[in-house]
Order: sequence, then C-alpha cells, then structure tokens
Amino acid sequence: MNETVTQKLMLFFPKCECEKPIIYHLVKDYNLIVNVYRAKVTPEEEGYLVLDVTGTPADIEKGIAFVRTFNVTVNHTGKGVTRDEDRCTHCGQCVAHCPTKALHMPNKATREVLYNEAECIECLACIRVCPFGACASAF
Amino acid sequence: MKTYEQINQRIESGKAVVLTADEIMDYVDKKGLEAAAEEVDVVTTATFGPMCSSGCFLNFGHSKPKIRMTEAWIEDVLVYTGIAAVDVYLGATQLRHGDPANMYPPGEFRYGGGHVIEDLVAGATLQLFALSYGTDDYPRREIRTYFTIDDLNQAIMVNPRNCYQNYNVAVNDSDRTIYTYMGTLEPNRKNATYCSAGQLSPLLNDPYYETIGIGTKVWLAGAHGHVYAEGTQHTGACERTPDGVPTEGAGTLALTADMKQMKPEFVRGASLRGYGISLALGVGVPIPILNEQILKRTCVRDRDIFAPVIDYSGDYPQKTGKTIAKVNYEQLRRGEIEIDGKTIAVGSLSSYFKALEIANLLADEIRKGDFLLAQPMAMLPRDNAMKPLAIREKAS
Ligand code: SF4
Ligand code: SF4
Repeated sequence: MNETVTQKLMLFFPKCECEKPIIYHLVKDYNLIVNVYRAKVTPEEEGYLVLDVTGTPADIEKGIAFVRTFNVTVNHTGKGVTRDEDRCTHCGQCVAHCPTKALHMPNKATREVLYNEAECIECLACIRVCPFGACASAF
Repeated sequence: MKTYEQINQRIESGKAVVLTADEIMDYVDKKGLEAAAEEVDVVTTATFGPMCSSGCFLNFGHSKPKIRMTEAWIEDVLVYTGIAAVDVYLGATQLRHGDPANMYPPGEFRYGGGHVIEDLVAGATLQLFALSYGTDDYPRREIRTYFTIDDLNQAIMVNPRNCYQNYNVAVNDSDRTIYTYMGTLEPNRKNATYCSAGQLSPLLNDPYYETIGIGTKVWLAGAHGHVYAEGTQHTGACERTPDGVPTEGAGTLALTADMKQMKPEFVRGASLRGYGISLALGVGVPIPILNEQILKRTCVRDRDIFAPVIDYSGDYPQKTGKTIAKVNYEQLRRGEIEIDGKTIAVGSLSSYFKALEIANLLADEIRKGDFLLAQPMAMLPRDNAMKPLAIREKAS
C-alpha cells in the first residue's frame, strides 16, 4: 500500500477559488509530488491546471478529496489535449513535433497516426502544427 | 500487350484484375513480370495532401431582379468575379476578409478558401454577399443570401496544379523557427517535412507520362473527373534516375470534377501557420497495364524514389538551386533521417493512410465495373523546362 503511483489530473478552479494555496497543501499535507504541465487563468479569472501527482494511492485519494472541498472540479481522465479522429488526416506532421511520441505511427504499413493520451505532456506543439485543426486544448 | 478497349471490356464484365500501387511490387516479384503483365489490367495510384493550386467555378443562378456581381464573398472569403454575371471562381488560398495574415506573426489562418470549399462539399449553409455597379439589364446592386451546394447550378472544381510528381524535403538551417507551406520548421535542422505519397503517387508510377495524359479519367475526392491540361509548372525535362524516376518536382496535372459528387473526407481546408490557407485533396489515378514496361514502372518502391532536401530559410526563398542531400522515401518514412551525422525528425504533410484508402476505393470501383478508363487524347510534354521570372528594368 506504500507504493507510489502517478496520476494525471485536470483541475478547474471557479473564480472564487483561484487565490487559495491548494497545491502547497497537496505537497505539504498529503506528501504528494506535483508536476504541473500547464496552468492558465482565463480573463474571467477562472483557472485550469493540468498536473501529475505522485504519491501513495491513499494519499492521492485524500488529496483529491481535499481539493474537492474547495468547489474545484477534478477530472481524473485529464483530457487537456484531444485529437478529433474525424478531422485527423493521418498526415503525420505532428509526429515529428510531439516530444513524447504521444502522437505516433506504430503501423508502418497503414501509416495510421495514433494518439496515446497518457503520454501527452500538453506542450501544445501538435495544436500549433496540425494543418487540419484536429488537435485541440480543453482550455 | 493490351488495349484500352480490351481493359474496359474486362472492367465492364466485372473480370478486371486490379491491384494498388502498394501491392503490385510483391505480386510481380511472385508472378514474374511477363505473367503479371498478362494478368493485371489496372494498377491504382493515389495521393492525399495540400494542393494550393485548386479552386472551383460556381454558378449561382439569377435573383429577381438580376445582379451582375462585380465583387463577391462567400463566408467573407473573396471570390473572383471577372467572368459572367453570376459565375465566380473560389480559390483555395484566398484569405478571409479581415484576417490579420502575418501582421502578428505567425498568423493562424484559421479559415479561408480551402475551408469554404470543404464546407461546400460537406453540404454546409454558406453566406453569399455580392456588390455591383448596376446596369440596365442587371439593376440589383447588392445581394446577401444563404445557400448550399444543392442550390448551385454548377460547382465544378478546376485545379490548375495537382499531383506533383515528386517534391522537396524542407529543412531550416537558420537559428530561428520558420513558417512555410511545408509546415513549421524548427531551427538548426531539427525537423524535416516531406509531401508525397511516394510509391503510391500517380505520376511516380508513370514517370514518362505514357498513360496519364490529357483526358485521363481520375478519381478526384470521390467524383469521377479528368485531367484537362498539363498542370502549371509541369516540367517534363527534369533530373531522373536511370529508371526514369524524377528526383525533383517534375510533372503536374490540371484536374477537374463535379463537386456535387465529392466526398467531404477527401476535401479538407488546411491552415498552415505563418504561411496561409490551402486545400488538401484526395486523388486516385488508374494506370492501365498496356504492356510489361508500364507494369514494371508501377513497381517503383519508396527506396527507389529520391527527393531533394532543401533549406527553406535560405536556398529556397533566394532560389539558389542548392540541394543539401538526396534522401529516399523509405528513409523518410522511418520518421528520422541522418544528414552530416545529425539525426532529423521527419514529418509529412501528405497522408499515406488516406492515399491507401483512395487507391483501394478506386480499385473496388473498377472491379465492380463502375469506373471505366479513358485513353488520353493528348500526352503531357516530356521535354519542357521550367522558366524563371525575369525582372526587367523596362519593356524591351
Ligand atoms: S498533424 Fe493533425 S491531421 Fe496530421 S496526423 Fe497529426 S493530428 Fe492528424
Ligand atoms: S500536446 Fe505535446 S505532448 Fe501532447 S500530444 Fe500534442 S505534441 Fe504531443
């Protein structure tokens, strides 16, 4: 039970919760290692945060429960960057720009481009380089 | 030896033997060239990628009272009206009115001519706005209305240049990121982009234009169309390997087809950051196996096709003609090439996945007897060179 795991989370902070030091408490009170990929505060002062938390499953669970007490939406599937299968032409332009190979072409015969969301670190390179607008960010 | 008539008879009777340009090499290796040439009737080739020199003629029909449009926009994208009253030409690279272009570089170019064409084919409702100076016979001076492709009398795609026979591989040797029609190129040769279907590409399977000529029937985004002329910048006299495969741009095709018959998944507007708008199209071209030599040339493999690597930060814009290296498509498709000891990540703008799908769709149509071949009425030039544009001080 003391083995650590890493989980990707996407948090949405409504306007009123943006100024609280929630991440500080995750580190200090729940012994979680936090790796923030991407954070954004919109002009309406709502906040988005995509991060990896590493710790024991019990600590992660408690940490998430703590975050939820602040009226913060926690999305476990953490789909900050999505790829629209219908718009993707499988050209492979993004593959050369994706640093983690989350976008990859495993089958050299069909040359289909697959997206492995778990590998995505949300650098947003694919959104910039895809000519067909197939990749998008949730915020 | 077979004739077009014999092949078409076999297609009509549902007996034609059709393979894709992706399958034919192994088939010929197994059967031998002579036996395979007897047996195989058609090899299908295909490509899917951005083709900037594309567009369409649209006819709106007449409003009551009539207008002779002198300026017109579809979804705020300017169309050319310098033709008859309610005919317009919509070009793939036209920007939308008010697009800041590269004012704050790199521009995003989210919507333009290519996207209007995509929306039209997809059946979307679009806005037409047109102005006129008014005449006795065409008194209306302004019109705003909404339409779909079904409301148009004609929507005919007429593309001056598609299906480049071969193409450059773009890299960036400068120390800043550059934005090109070959995509975003990172500094110091970090990545490279190519844009060809290679061994599946139409003109690479018929390098000497022996069967693909003016009048050849093609599959253009799902519609049955044809080659109406040599494509612009067609350069038959190019550098070739001993097998005849061009090692640079070379031949091109001018294509036309009815947009009302097209399938939206093969007509896609493209936004090239910092560069502009384009239109990605799917094209399939059948090659009749008239003799062994024609069959042999369809057996070209990615490893036999070489493309020039060119620096798009200097040599390309300055037209120095310098090539860094030649690499083949087998190397490019591995996703990495090595030049001067440096590994370069390779991406593509052309979709082999879609090209394969098109080659198979066309093969199925031919097998079912739904797509007959047309013998060209004129061949494409094999010996013409490409002229540069001279800058002259005064008229001579
Ligand atoms: S660049 Fe866009 S269209 Fe091309 S493979 Fe990647 S996601 Fe798909
Ligand atoms: S956001 Fe970055 S890491 Fe994620 S898929 Fe796109 S390019 Fe890859």
